[in-house]
Amino acid sequence: MLQLDHLTLVEGSFRLQAHWSCDRGSRIAIMGPSGAGKSTLLSAIAGFFAPSEGRILWEGQDLGPIAPGDRPITILFQDQNLFPHLTVAQNLGLGLRPDLRLSPAELVRIDEALSRVGLASLGGRRPAQLSGGQASRAALARALLRARPILLLDEPFAALGPALRQEMLGLVREVADETGATVLMVTHDPADARALGGHLAFVADGTVAPPQPTEALLRDPPPALRAYLGEE
Amino acid sequence: MASRARPLGLAAPALAVLLLALVLAPLAMVGWRGAGLSLGPADWAAVRFSVTQAILSALFSTLLAIPVARALARRHFPGRGVLITLMGAPFLLPAVVAVLGLLAIFGRSGLLNSALDAIGLPTLSIYGLHGVVLAHVFLNLPLAVRMILQGWQAIPAERIRLARSLGFGPAETFRHLERPMLREVLPGVALVILVICLTSFAVVITLGGGPKATTIELAIYQAVRFEFDLGRAAGLAAVQVGVCALAALATWVVTRPTGFGAGLDRRLELDAPRGWRRWGDGMALTAVTLFLTLPLLAVAARGLPGLFDLPASVLPAAGRSILVALVSTALTTAIALTLALASAVRTRPLIEAAASLPLATSGLVLGTGLFLIVQPVAPPMTLALPVTILVNCALTLPYLYRILLPETRALHADFGRLADSLSLTGWPRLRWLILPRLARPLGFGAGVAAALSMGDLGVIALFAGENQATLPLVVAQLTGAYRMEAAAAAALILVTLSFALFWACDAGGRRAAA
Repeated sequence: MLQLDHLTLVEGSFRLQAHWSCDRGSRIAIMGPSGAGKSTLLSAIAGFFAPSEGRILWEGQDLGPIAPGDRPITILFQDQNLFPHLTVAQNLGLGLRPDLRLSPAELVRIDEALSRVGLASLGGRRPAQLSGGQASRAALARALLRARPILLLDEPFAALGPALRQEMLGLVREVADETGATVLMVTHDPADARALGGHLAFVADGTVAPPQPTEALLRDPPPALRAYLGEE
Repeated sequence: MASRARPLGLAAPALAVLLLALVLAPLAMVGWRGAGLSLGPADWAAVRFSVTQAILSALFSTLLAIPVARALARRHFPGRGVLITLMGAPFLLPAVVAVLGLLAIFGRSGLLNSALDAIGLPTLSIYGLHGVVLAHVFLNLPLAVRMILQGWQAIPAERIRLARSLGFGPAETFRHLERPMLREVLPGVALVILVICLTSFAVVITLGGGPKATTIELAIYQAVRFEFDLGRAAGLAAVQVGVCALAALATWVVTRPTGFGAGLDRRLELDAPRGWRRWGDGMALTAVTLFLTLPLLAVAARGLPGLFDLPASVLPAAGRSILVALVSTALTTAIALTLALASAVRTRPLIEAAASLPLATSGLVLGTGLFLIVQPVAPPMTLALPVTILVNCALTLPYLYRILLPETRALHADFGRLADSLSLTGWPRLRWLILPRLARPLGFGAGVAAALSMGDLGVIALFAGENQATLPLVVAQLTGAYRMEAAAAAALILVTLSFALFWACDAGGRRAAA
């Protein structure tokens, strides 16, 4: 279970509060206006932003003192998810062993992960030789290899077209199914939230509301969400 | 941010403290030994001459650079890129080689005086104030050109487009676009050159000297080497630190980043006026090219025959110079990288201080302080090379740090979080992220450090005994003994080695980054 326990994030005059929890394996879309603090929330969970108050717990353990790389978390950023000077296979290898001293068995696993996301035989390429969709697949393949219990997505597919984005979300669901991961995904688009399935947490006025079932929430949105969606 | 004690986290402050100690201990020694000493009239003459020659050198370098930079900014011609690259070379050129080249043209039996003599005109002497200023202009004019050229290229395209739409002629363009830019850029350029010239030693020891043309730096050297008056050397060194610190402070205040108005668009070239201005630009470019290349060609012409008849001291000195350059480059690069990585996340005052303080000192000041520290323990001559390496390290570090800092900041912004999220720390982070991403600036910076260490003549002159001379010192000694062919041959080897080291490091970095 992921618990945000009286969490308060402060950056200058900006304040964001969250107090809720979700079960292992949940799919939660985090939606809200620009500057509402969606990315800040993910940064805090990933360990890049220290909370002013409150705690973040995973299965009852406080994540506060744990370094980003040691948290039970894989995060995909908006961009720069691959190191441009390393090959795709090396980028995946970092997910297994940061010193890249990979055993033959680990190399096989990398190949399998690449095939799994449809990038078989592209392991030797540099990220610059990949299309945007292929780069996203490579980053997801690494998430598959790391198989951490929490997957954070900070709009990693924002630059892709609608069709490709739906394809990626399908892949995210598959990766999450295979690894049993809890997924938190930042998005602007209700279609993305629907595609992810599960729950929706709306961020506005300095608060991350507790996640509600997505379909029900979108069918009958509260006033703030209604204003954000622009529906009459 | 979740922080975790990493080895690097402790290494950077420790190195910064060591570096501060390396600079502050000699300064403290100099202050302690030099305190209460009253300087004589000769010393004050040295202070006056130091400041006068530095101001004149800065003024001439800056003013003469303006027409050259403008010609480069608004004209396009084959070889323009080569010429701009060439302007970067004198910064790495060993000063002793530059002096030798100028002697070959302007010296007693140089080309100019031979020509004047042939047509019955009185000859000119290069020694004294005007010779020192001439050499400093030779060494710093290209630097000024490059800095001012950047100013021209930074004029926003929006302004240039506006000027065109208003039908500005050259006079209006100068008044409304170029003059405001120059007013912003020139003080910084002049001050940077002033600081460089205040601590210049190789030029002054060859072309200056005597009661009328001795700088503080040279007076320190003479007090240690000839009079063995360490107290007086310490007093002079303290004055030198005061003067340099003032100049460095003024530079820091004046060269703060100033907004010239943001330009969002692509760059737009200035109009290239026709008519006599075209000839003027052509003459400026021709003159500066001749001024910069003729002395070096003269060194090559004089030195080539001498290569087969080198004095016995040259080759061992070359070996020592390479050793000094390689060791101090490796040390400086490692320290500068550690400090720049530690400063990438946020500015750290301790590290900034350690990386800036050496700018307020000079080779001879640090040398005098270290001489005073070492002397009670061991004969200074036995430590000539280690001390030279340490001082080279301290004096080249500020340049390297400034080269690396923007790169480590960009690296942190682009990939810091991704690396952290993958537990890419310690040695694997260095191996798989930092070295490959920073190979290019590291190679370039190491090349600059290597060439500067290779060509430096400063502290080694204080410490060197019979068998510790580096190649620049041998060149200076041969020049001082008027053995010009031998000096030119040794200079040719020196300049080749300097640029070979620079090229090897720079190309190595570029290849590693590819």
